[in-house]
Amino acid sequence: MDDLLKEYLPILIFIGLAFALALIIVVASLIVGPSRPDPEKNSSYECGFDAFDDARGKFDVRFYLVSILFIIFDLEVAFLFPWAVTLGKIGLYGFWSMMIFLGVLTIGFVYEWRKGALEWE
Amino acid sequence: MAEFWTGYLLPLILILAKILLFVVPLLVAVAYVTYAERRIIGAMQMRIGPNVVGWFGLLQPFADAVKLLTKETVLPTGSSPVVFFLAPMVTFSLAMIAWAVIPVNEGWYIANINVGILYLFAVSSLGVYGIVMAGWASNSRYAFLGAMRSAAQMVSYEVSIGFVMISVLLTAGTLNLSEIVMAQKGLWFFIPHFPMFVIFFVSVLAETNRHPFDLPEAESELVAGFMTEYSSMAFALFFLGEYANMIMMSGVVTILFLGGWLAPFDIAILNAVPGIVWFALKISFCLFLMIWVRATFPRYRYDQLMRLGWKVFLPLSLIWLVATAGFLVYTGRVPV
Repeated sequence: MDDLLKEYLPILIFIGLAFALALIIVVASLIVGPSRPDPEKNSSYECGFDAFDDARGKFDVRFYLVSILFIIFDLEVAFLFPWAVTLGKIGLYGFWSMMIFLGVLTIGFVYEWRKGALEWE
Repeated sequence: MAEFWTGYLLPLILILAKILLFVVPLLVAVAYVTYAERRIIGAMQMRIGPNVVGWFGLLQPFADAVKLLTKETVLPTGSSPVVFFLAPMVTFSLAMIAWAVIPVNEGWYIANINVGILYLFAVSSLGVYGIVMAGWASNSRYAFLGAMRSAAQMVSYEVSIGFVMISVLLTAGTLNLSEIVMAQKGLWFFIPHFPMFVIFFVSVLAETNRHPFDLPEAESELVAGFMTEYSSMAFALFFLGEYANMIMMSGVVTILFLGGWLAPFDIAILNAVPGIVWFALKISFCLFLMIWVRATFPRYRYDQLMRLGWKVFLPLSLIWLVATAGFLVYTGRVPV
């Protein structure tokens, strides 16, 4: 077997095993537990009245905004990982290249802060 | 045939045995963290906590498990059955598989991949999927709102967790978790990186939806958040997943900041204690802190939570990252 594959094979087996375990737990409770459905019990939870409409409706745009900001910063983190481990080899040139990159992102961050994209009143 | 035996079957059995050696203690630990939490919070609030089932209530978690197993699994009308059941399974499995790379002692791991920390980062960010799937599949207002909040919250703190990890990486110079622990011989990283240690710990609380950041399941406004429609073992899987995640993140804190399996001082007596004991003690310490926080602090408001994540932790961890890199480069201490 390839050495790289050998390192990752246990993880693959672990994922399979963990998922199988979760499946067994759910199926076991479906078998063991009683099943006496009635319309009231099965209706989605509300405080004393029937749900008006489908719950999958509109949601606040700020959640969307946060996820976009997250993509930018998480990508930045993904860039930083290889940079961090090779910093010893790339030296000052590598250091300052990344600082410029971070600087550009920081300008964007300051802009969105000023624009109020981070406000949740 | 002999080649098949030594080449494939034997390694496979070894891998399975190793995995079971991780999973079984982990599940027992999860059961007893729930018990410990109830006892500790009980003590902090001058109550007794569970003490009836077994000696000192030690069998309580198992009684709870049996009770949940025999309860009815309710599938709400209007929900998507496949995703509805997939969500708790995803949450649970993700909390488990992170342990594949965590070294609990020198040479004790399931897989010693050289991008261990990246794997942990990836698995912990996948955790948000289980919650979003649950909120979406339930087709209930409360579940939906809880899932939205949770997704935004986990995603926000993910960023500062990433920056903190990179500050540690810079000092250790490797992505391999065992090597990160060995790099802390002599000086645990929580001393030079103390502010990052605090930020990381608080971010972990937000990432695992623990108090005081448990807004996704804020009982007083969202019933039980994304878990509202779940019952029986499907609910138990979320519950187990949350606690397994707590233990896993405590393990990450231990590896990154508290020197993993290393003894606190390099003395013969302390070094004689097996590394796994130190590792377990450090994890227990982190878990105790988490439970203590739950008993002490009131819940954050959502705008405060977002402000803390984006306007305090993100700039602070970024500045610290730049300062660490600059210091290492200009004093010539970058580990090669």
